[in-house]
This record gives sequence, structure tokens and C-alpha cells, in this order.
Amino acid sequence: MQIDQKREIRFSDETMATVQKIIKRYPEGRQKSALIPVLHIAQAEFDGWLSPAVMDYVASIIGIQSIEVYEVASFYSMFNMKPVGKCLIEVCRTSSCWLMGAEDVVKHIENKLKIKDGETSADGQFTLKTVECLGSCGTAPMMQVGADYYENLTLEKVDSLLDQWKVEGKRSRYC
Amino acid sequence: MGKKLLLEHIDVPGINTLSVYRSKGGYTALDKALKTMTPDAVVEEVKTSGLRGRGGAGFPTGMKWSFLAKPEGVPRYVVCNADESEPGTFKDRYLMEKIPHLLIEGMIVSGFALGAKSSYIYIRGEYFYVARILEQAIAEAYEAGLLGKNILNSGFDHDCYVQVGAGAYICGEETALLESLEGKRGNPRIKPPFPAVAGLYGCPTVVNNVETIAAVVPIVNMGGAAYAGIGVGKSTGTKLISASGHINKPGVYEIELGVPVEEFIYSDEYCGGIKGDRKLKAVVAGGSSVPILPADLILKTANGEPRLMSYESLADGGFASGTMLGSGGFIVMDESTSIVKNLYTFTRFYHHESCGQCSPCREGTGWMEKILHKILHGHGSISDVDLLWDIQSKIEGKTICPLGDAAAWPVASAIRHFRGEFEEFVRNGHSIKDVRHYYRLNGLPEPAYS
Repeated sequence: MQIDQKREIRFSDETMATVQKIIKRYPEGRQKSALIPVLHIAQAEFDGWLSPAVMDYVASIIGIQSIEVYEVASFYSMFNMKPVGKCLIEVCRTSSCWLMGAEDVVKHIENKLKIKDGETSADGQFTLKTVECLGSCGTAPMMQVGADYYENLTLEKVDSLLDQWKVEGKRSRYC
Repeated sequence: MGKKLLLEHIDVPGINTLSVYRSKGGYTALDKALKTMTPDAVVEEVKTSGLRGRGGAGFPTGMKWSFLAKPEGVPRYVVCNADESEPGTFKDRYLMEKIPHLLIEGMIVSGFALGAKSSYIYIRGEYFYVARILEQAIAEAYEAGLLGKNILNSGFDHDCYVQVGAGAYICGEETALLESLEGKRGNPRIKPPFPAVAGLYGCPTVVNNVETIAAVVPIVNMGGAAYAGIGVGKSTGTKLISASGHINKPGVYEIELGVPVEEFIYSDEYCGGIKGDRKLKAVVAGGSSVPILPADLILKTANGEPRLMSYESLADGGFASGTMLGSGGFIVMDESTSIVKNLYTFTRFYHHESCGQCSPCREGTGWMEKILHKILHGHGSISDVDLLWDIQSKIEGKTICPLGDAAAWPVASAIRHFRGEFEEFVRNGHSIKDVRHYYRLNGLPEPAYS
């Protein structure tokens, strides 16, 4: 996987304005509350993961120590501490989804993309990750790509989505 | 047809917008509270209603509200717990996505009742698109003067914010949620002090589930006594049930508390029976944490009484033969389901989600996952089943927060009611192939589970 080391870590003016707005929503002296929302934005802006440089940058914006960012970023499962593919596919594996065939969905994606759970495809396009319950139990099995839910999956549906994403170079983004 | 208080207008096109929500009587509770009631009167109505927390614990909401400390000059907060992460539960997502203003109205009324000028809706990060819907609704409410300064010319000011989490089940525990909202790891706090005294930023705080806060709206509209008239006994009002698993009609159903479980599973008004007319094997009635019950005990209590969808009836018989209503995450399993494998998915979940603060939970959940993995792959022994029992009994009640109990109960109940199946796996585990989902997904007739 290629990592652009020289990339400048800096929000655009527009993004910075959004970040400052978020920081202002908390009472004086409680700006650390903005950390999780700002980390989401940083992850979306800087290739889908949080490098130490990105976390240091976030710390400097909020005015807290870098360690305070590291300990939070590493706690929450939505923050990627390692590079991921352009399109992160998250398949729910917990009870209701398992009951409705999530294991087959995972196996199918693994075979089709020639990667295992947790791996990234050689071209850096897809990462597959099994995750815990995403609150889509009544529409199981399901997967999430960025902010989008794909529900009531069948293997055919997965096939056509993957084919489409390969062609269009799908990117996953939460925000 | 049961009474619907929350989802009555859910299918009205455009109900997610302020104008349509108002045309269906939206924000009349806010109007009524601000113009005709004192904050304490609102709290009294909620007390009278008998409303119990809809997030899982079932604690009386009015009582929780009355514990809120009110020192002079210290801000108070209302925090909505929209972290919905209990496996099998998806009702809050449905409510927020379809009818966001119901929650917003509930937040403002609750803020008024509790004297809070600010409130936060803490929503799980994966529900990002729902957070956007809520933000949109909040923006509409500000524009219409329903949020902000001097709401409806009452002199009451209130601001409401949406905060997204980032993937942590533990943040559904109220003190972990507050830690997270303060920008920290979601480690639950030791109680006391309770949030009612020292919550968000050390200030008095009430944390309530989405459905609980939404229910405040009909309570104010109809009056607490009328709300208490719905339901059965101390299970008053209506409850959203998230139904999933092997049923014909999975989805979110608003039920009057007290509907018989059998009717809920088999009636066309609700789950519509088991897929493919298979036999019912087991049900997890209130989200992954509550004890699993075999078909005979979920349909009838140990005394042979019909089991009802209510806090008391589901708990009848204690953990020996009963369960809990919990969050209302109703997972139905047909005869082809492997209880051992299902338990493995639960235990893996709790291991993944343990915050790591308390040793019994941190070590115990991982240990149980490993043992179940071993049994599942045909390498277990009978003593492993006893070991599982032993470990869960040493987690329960020995941790700071209830995640420990939540991890122990599914293990205990699966062994209590399905011990034979564990032993079967120990003896024949290597020969059990988990192929039926392949058939199900491809629309083929499934082989019987043997």
C-alpha cells in the first residue's frame, strides 16, 4: 500500500471552518469534547486513517496533548490506526446477521476480492473488515461502506455491488 | 390493533419534515408544557405515567428525573443515549430516521422539565446518516423558533446538539457515554456519584434513551394517568420492539406492553410466524445481554401461564426460567440454529467491546470466547462446559459497569437451557458443518440440522 509521506497535513479553509464551529459548541474549557467529531473529519480528509502526524495535528487544533488523542483514537473501532483501502467494506457478524447468513457474505467477498477479513486488496482499492452489530438486525445480513448501509444482502446483490464499485473506484467516507 | 403513541404517523410521507410533523400534531406537547405547565408539573406527569427507561434497565424515568440535583448557578444537562449498540436492537435508529422531530420535541420538553439549557444527543458513529437527519431536523426547529432563545415566547432557552460516537458498545453505558462526550475513552465511571449529581462536565445530568425521551411527548399530550392506563401492571405504555432472526416479518413494532409473546411471534400483525413454517427453537427477548429462553419457556412461564411482552412477565421465574424485556431486541431462532455458535457470536462481541477496565470482564470475555471457539471446532471437552459456567459466574456482579453481567448472562442461560447441545458439540463438533446458510441465501431447500 502506497502512503504519501510528503502530503501536507492541513485542513482546507472550508473544513477548518466546520471544525471551529464544532469546537465552539461546547462550554468554555471543554473543547476536548470536540475530539471525536474532529477525528472523524480528519480521518475522512486524510486517506481514511489516522497517522501519528494527523493525530498530532488534531491535538494542536483542539489544544490538547498528542497522547490524549492517541488514547482516544485507539479506543474506538471506527478509527483506523493503519492505512485502509479506498473502499472499506464492513460486514456485520453478530447474532442476527449471522443467523441470516453473514458468514456466507464474508466468504463470498473474500473469494471475490481474494483477500481475507482484515486485509486490503493488492491494488489498494478494497479493505474487508467484519464488525460487530450495526443496528440493522431486521434487515440482515448487511454491510456498511462509509455512511451507507447495504441491507437484506444476497450473494447476487453483493456481486453486483462489488462489480459496480470496482468500475467506479468507490470510496468509503463517513463525512 | 394495539395503540400506537410513537409510530402512529410513521408512514405519513414527509413526517421527517417539520411542517408535516406539525400538521400531525407535532410540537403540541412542547406548546402545552411551556405555556400551561411548570417544569415540576411535567416531571410529575412523567412520574404518574409509570414510564420506565426504554434503553434496557427499565428504571422508572420520573424517579430518575426527581434525583437530579439542582444546585444554584450550576448548569444541568439532558443527554440522549442514541448509542444503540445492543445486538438485536434497531428501534432507535428507525425512530430517529423516520420521525426525528419526535425526539427533538422530547429533548426540548425534557430540557424544560429539568431546567437544562443545553442537551446533547449522543449517537453511535455508524449511524452517521441518521445524525445528519437529526441535524437537519434541529436546524428546522431553530428556524421555527422551537429551539434557541425564548422558545415560543415562553422565556425558556434551549440548545440541542448532536454528537457522534466512533464505534464502542460500552458508550451505551451512561457514564461511559459521558466520558466519551467529554472527548475521552469510553471507560465507565464508578458510581456514586451518579450522573444526576455529577454527570457531564461534573454537572447534574440526566441520561435517557431515545425511546424514553420520545415517550415524554405523548405523556405530556395525553397526561401521565392516561399513559399509565395503557399496558399491564407496572409495565405501562407502549414499547418499541426490534424483531429479527428467523421470522417472516422482521422490523420494528410498537406494542402495548402486555401482548402475549405467542401472539407477537405468530400473529400477522407482528412477526408473522417462523420462516418456512419451521419450529421455534429459542428466543433472545431483549437484546443480546438477556438470558436466552427455549421455545417452551418463552411462550409460557414455568407455571404454565402465557408469557407476556412486559417487564414483569418476561422476568417471571427469575433467571432459572425467565429473562428480561431489556431493550426489546427480540431475536428469534428456528430449529436449525446452533445455540453454541450463536453464543460464540455474542461472546466474541462482548470480548471485542469490553473496555478493559475491570479484570473479570477484560480477561473473562476473551477466555470464554476462546473456549467456545475450541468447543465449536470440535476440540472441547465436557470440563470446558463447566469451566465456561465457572468463568461467567466470576464475572457477574464483579465489574464497575453492567457489561460484565451482560457478557455473563447469555453464557449462563445457554448452558442452563441447552447444556445437551454443548455436550453434543464436544462429542461431534468436528463433524458438524455449518452449511445451512449457504442454502438459505441461495434459496435452496435446507438440510435438516443434525
